Amino acid sequence: MMLASCREGVLDPQGPVGQAERVILGDATAIMLAVVIPVIVLALVFAWWFRAGNRRATYRPEWDYSGRIELIIWAIPALVILFLGGIAWISSHELDPPKPLESAKSALEVEVVSLDWRWLFVYPHEHIATVNYLVVPTGVPVHFRLTSTSVMNSFFIPQLGSQIYTMPGMTTQLNLQADKPGIYEGLSAQFSGPGFSDMRFTLRAESGEGFAAWLAQVRAESGVLNEPVLAQLVRPTRAAGELTYGSVPQDPFEMVAGGHVATLWSPKEAL
Amino acid sequence: MFGRLSWSAIPFDQPIVMGTCATVGVVLLVIFALVTIKGWWPYLWREWITSVDHKRIGAMYMILGLVMLVRGFSDALMMRSQQALAAGHAAGYLPPEHYDQVFSAHGTIMIFFVAMPFVIGLMNFALPLQLGVRDVAFPVLNSVSFWLTAAGVLLVNLSLFVGEFARTGWLAYPPLSELAYSPGVGVDYYLWSLQLSGLGTLLSGINLTTTILKLRAPGMGYKRMPVFCWTALASNLLIVAAFPVLTATFAMLLLDRYCGFHFFTNDLGGNPMMYVNLIWIWGHPEVYILILPAFGVFSEVVATFSGKPLFGYRSMVLATMAICVLSFMVWLHHFFTMGAGADVNAFFGIMTMIIAVPTGVKVFNWLFTLYGGRVRFTVPIYWTLGFIVTFVIGGMTGVLMAIPPADFVLHNSLFLIAHFHNVAIGGVVFGVMAGMTYWFPKAFGFKLNERLGKAVFWCWFIGFYLAFMPLYALGLMGATRRMQHYPNTHWQPLMLVALAGAVVILLGIALTVVQIVVSIRQRHANRDRTGDPWNARTLEWSIPSPPPAWNFTRLPYVERADAYWHMKEEGVSGRAAPASLVDLHIPRNTPVGVFLAFFAVIAGFALIWRIDWLAVVGLVGAVVVVLREYWKTERERTVPAEEVAAFERAHGALPEVGHDDREVRVTSGVQS
Repeated sequence: MMLASCREGVLDPQGPVGQAERVILGDATAIMLAVVIPVIVLALVFAWWFRAGNRRATYRPEWDYSGRIELIIWAIPALVILFLGGIAWISSHELDPPKPLESAKSALEVEVVSLDWRWLFVYPHEHIATVNYLVVPTGVPVHFRLTSTSVMNSFFIPQLGSQIYTMPGMTTQLNLQADKPGIYEGLSAQFSGPGFSDMRFTLRAESGEGFAAWLAQVRAESGVLNEPVLAQLVRPTRAAGELTYGSVPQDPFEMVAGGHVATLWSPKEAL
Repeated sequence: MFGRLSWSAIPFDQPIVMGTCATVGVVLLVIFALVTIKGWWPYLWREWITSVDHKRIGAMYMILGLVMLVRGFSDALMMRSQQALAAGHAAGYLPPEHYDQVFSAHGTIMIFFVAMPFVIGLMNFALPLQLGVRDVAFPVLNSVSFWLTAAGVLLVNLSLFVGEFARTGWLAYPPLSELAYSPGVGVDYYLWSLQLSGLGTLLSGINLTTTILKLRAPGMGYKRMPVFCWTALASNLLIVAAFPVLTATFAMLLLDRYCGFHFFTNDLGGNPMMYVNLIWIWGHPEVYILILPAFGVFSEVVATFSGKPLFGYRSMVLATMAICVLSFMVWLHHFFTMGAGADVNAFFGIMTMIIAVPTGVKVFNWLFTLYGGRVRFTVPIYWTLGFIVTFVIGGMTGVLMAIPPADFVLHNSLFLIAHFHNVAIGGVVFGVMAGMTYWFPKAFGFKLNERLGKAVFWCWFIGFYLAFMPLYALGLMGATRRMQHYPNTHWQPLMLVALAGAVVILLGIALTVVQIVVSIRQRHANRDRTGDPWNARTLEWSIPSPPPAWNFTRLPYVERADAYWHMKEEGVSGRAAPASLVDLHIPRNTPVGVFLAFFAVIAGFALIWRIDWLAVVGLVGAVVVVLREYWKTERERTVPAEEVAAFERAHGALPEVGHDDREVRVTSGVQS
């Protein structure tokens, strides 16, 4: 069971963020198991040895205090937590989602909009957009800015690490990186309504040339994401497939994050 | 005339719902017919429904919890079977519209209508007995609290047959729960049923807090209180502090939905993040409201069956109160992924971990209570050992997720689901089962069947591991919660194991029912004639089982902790000599609780369906019922001295003469 879980998901990280988080998971678990396993064993051993039928065990009916033991049993969990607290403080700052990743290369900007019930990815500098999939170059940090058109979702690619909420009228940030080429599954980790289970997408990590080739192909072959198309996209749709837009004249992310999308469509229309 | 209510509200097209509807209808009909034919109504009305006796109310809370456990567990089985089926391209048998209601109802019911009634029931029953007093501080209010909870239960179950339940998850985060995205009555059912039961819980918290602070047997200072009373005090202080937040938060969401306010809407300055903060400012203390009394039960059980006092009493009390305070400083760990920033996340992560220190101390104290004891392997001890083994694992995964970056990959995953079931089942359910087995002979005068009790334990214990260990693994594999279907077919075997685990737990629940039936049939063989079937330590065991309506004929004088143990050691009985008895005054039964609940259900139902005139009827009815109670002059019933004396003689009281000076002090210390 545990072996199977190592071949995918958060125990099989493919980028620096996920790798750092797996190390934290492993270290913290090991530190705690050093206390938890003895506690489990002691509970069973004490109960069994001091069972009523065992005449070799000493019955101490009045024994209910020992300053030395009290000191130790406060100290053990306190020391463990002191140690883990240090890990928590340092790692919270190291792996803070808006913090840029250390890299010689400048980050690729991607804007993420959660729709009901699919994902829109806008490449603001490349002026292209995709739905339900995105392509990124390997070894290059990706800086995500995220928002939502309607309800909350959580943007999560388990093999790359951290997730972050997408929220209407607000912008969150996340930095991730894929080290190896591959196809990584992404999903929404925050329940968002009847189409929630289909809010899956894929992240394709390509080498630098592969990414450039893909960009060129998209620009040459795909359609335009303008206001009428955006007005269509924000309408609730379930289990929708992938879409590609080779030209994005306006700034759809700002239209959504700034609340202008409400003028395009109101959820009350669906009632 | 009927607001939004019409025939289309009844889901005739859904065979699962209609089948459930028919089954519940038939069962209710059979019960009503039986009660009517046997002529039990007057007895039920007089002795139970209108009772203000804390022991009866406690028992009714437990029955309510058991019935709702069956309902909540049916939802669990549906979820597990849906996820066992819906892999790859399979759609399973529950469409999202139905499945989303099922998981929302499961969480809501298990927390508010199973776990809460169970722990409040245990506290209601045991607290006044352990404190050595005749009832809670406000007996009539106690009945009102219970019936308001029952009103919430009725509304939540009505949603199954008339209309729909929320499809938002058990905490109904906006904006999904706002009118714009949840236009149906589901969220309204959720809000009104929880407003009613939440009010009941708050009143209950006030009542029990007052009882502990103001009503204790003479001599029982705080340092002599049983640890269960301490944990109950912490739990009820948390109720008093946290439930008003819940009520206010829901009130704001109701204003948004009913009156066009914008507290949490997407537009016009509303802020959904505010709701998420507020609901968890209630929600995190809530988990300690549930677990602290369970800790108290384990403390009583482990001391009693080890035959020695609890190790480190002062540490235990300190740890309990530390948890009580700290539990209000950790709420943000439920949404590290909302982008609060590193300093804030790290602060709340570390505060969360700090709670593990007093909790760890408690576990060690239980270990050292076993050490040097003579441990009798009874059913409550099985639950306690099962708890220690299971709970430390759940605690470990909890601390793991308190590290913000670890939470970034585990948040909302099935790992999280496994974690909180690990502490909710391994902690709260095991604690409730231990407490129920432990106090059952006190409540009903006979023990529960031991063999079946152990079978129930093994079913829950094995079933829990089968059901939730696969979810830990699935969570690490990237499976998130609330999936109606998922594409990864290789997850399916683990989902099937989890379903098998749920079936084993189902067997445990079924065996609980069998255990109760068998135990009732064997009651003469398992009768508790001494009042102290476990050779226990605290005052509730110093009086007959079941205790009389007035609990203590003479209030005991408490000289130290584990009062009854020392009475036994010194050969002193707390019981009174019949000759010295006087008339007792106990509160008179009243139907105000059940009538208030009746009108509350009407008002709630009318508000949900927007039937204005009926809402007015319900609200006016409720006010009239309360006013009528207010103007009553006959609030007490006198139990004549002869009746008290007869009870004492029948239950082996002391001889007529020869009470020592301690008992003289007792007499002077009787509380009015």
